[in-house]
Amino acid sequence: MPACIHELFVEFIVSVYHRHHHTYMHAFGIGLTGLVVALGYLMKQKNHHISLPLQLLLPRRFGITDSSFYVCGPALKDIKGKSPSLKFERRKKNTRPGILVRQLHIEEQLLRTSSENWCIINDGTNDPTIVMGFSGKPAELLEIESVLHDQVPVIRRFTGGGTVIVDHQTIFVTFICNKETVPDLQPYPRPIMSWSSSLYSKVFGGIGDFHLRENDYVFGNHKFGGNAQSITKNKWIHHTSFLWDFDVRNMAYLKLPKLAPAYRSARGHLDFICRLKDYMPRSTFIDKTVEAAGTQFSLRSLELEAVVTCSETEFRPSTRFLTNEELAAAAAAVSEQQLGLP
Amino acid sequence: MASGMLWASRAASCLRISVFHRGFSTVLKDLKYADSHEWVKVTGNAATIGITDHAQDHLGDVVYVELPEVGAAVKQGDSFGAVESVKATSDINSPVSGKVVEVNEELSNSPALVNSSPYEAGWIIKVEMNDAGELKNLMDSEKYSKFCEEEDSKH
Repeated sequence: MPACIHELFVEFIVSVYHRHHHTYMHAFGIGLTGLVVALGYLMKQKNHHISLPLQLLLPRRFGITDSSFYVCGPALKDIKGKSPSLKFERRKKNTRPGILVRQLHIEEQLLRTSSENWCIINDGTNDPTIVMGFSGKPAELLEIESVLHDQVPVIRRFTGGGTVIVDHQTIFVTFICNKETVPDLQPYPRPIMSWSSSLYSKVFGGIGDFHLRENDYVFGNHKFGGNAQSITKNKWIHHTSFLWDFDVRNMAYLKLPKLAPAYRSARGHLDFICRLKDYMPRSTFIDKTVEAAGTQFSLRSLELEAVVTCSETEFRPSTRFLTNEELAAAAAAVSEQQLGLP
Repeated sequence: MASGMLWASRAASCLRISVFHRGFSTVLKDLKYADSHEWVKVTGNAATIGITDHAQDHLGDVVYVELPEVGAAVKQGDSFGAVESVKATSDINSPVSGKVVEVNEELSNSPALVNSSPYEAGWIIKVEMNDAGELKNLMDSEKYSKFCEEEDSKH
């Protein structure tokens, strides 16, 4: 049953692609997709009689190009016994608000309002976008003049952690779990970080000397994955941005952070980070991540309903773009400070 | 040994440190505690709120505290702010309902006070309570100590 649904879905997407291929002529599939795949797998967890359900959202892998993307929202409740249906929302490349903000809004909403467990895997954004953590200070973290000059979008997200610059090469993987979901896991930053690294150890299986170093995923002593978390009373979220590949020019928008991990040893960006694509094919990474999740959770099929949109509920997300005015004011304040002005 | 223990016990009592000291985290005797690891000190209708030593120890170095506005309403069990520790933001939940009358502005410059002095200089908000009866939903120091021990032993 699950395999049939997956194949039907692939056929549907391919047929859409062939009918409209003149519209989709660009090289890359970009934009953000939260594509819910009705997996319908029911696997008993090895050591537990009760399966722990995990709703899985995967990126599209059907060659759709960067002029459009599909966002599908899952149902927030599990309706058993019915065939899943998909609802598509198609957006243009340059639609505002940004796709990444929308992804973060969805994640924040699922964290705050959903009782389910989620794994969300997404491709990156079309244009390079800077994403700062909860308390990030633009003047300390960004080369603001360049950012403003080149009109690079800057987002402040709802989770902690540092600053990243993401693009269409980035892969995002997010886990949102009820605090009782993972047995013997205390809902605090370090245990969650440790749990996540054990999951990814299954993904990489010793490739490239993968390990968690301080709070980063590294091959050796080169970072390729940045982590961030948010912990509420009953749930937690752990999300990672994986540097599949990157444009070295984009790193120039970021300053060396004051709060850097010790193992960075004051290295510049290009000496500090590495590319995941040098270690594993993209589809292999995603497949293995799903497989690793499947060793701990049962992946359940869903009845798919409307896209999760904040406008449909009372929930107000905190993730947002910083305006040009805010960035300019931050730069001006630093200049005044340096000049000794009040 | 016995006299040393007696001295320690008297000193602990004088300093209002619970004699049910659980090893690494401190629990103060005269406070009330929520199961989300916030403490409240009540004087009449006035409540001072912070996070416990257990919480700050498990969260790690606090780098930022998001404070509510003075005048904001808080509700028992609901989030009113957050602490950020390295990679994580963690909700702070109010142990009582009421109105925020003061926030600890010192935390804007020195968020690490939450780590170094969770029960004193690291207090987070002061609230004018509107239902003192809610205090019965909270734990005393003895129950909270046991709660922390049970929580830690499960993991």
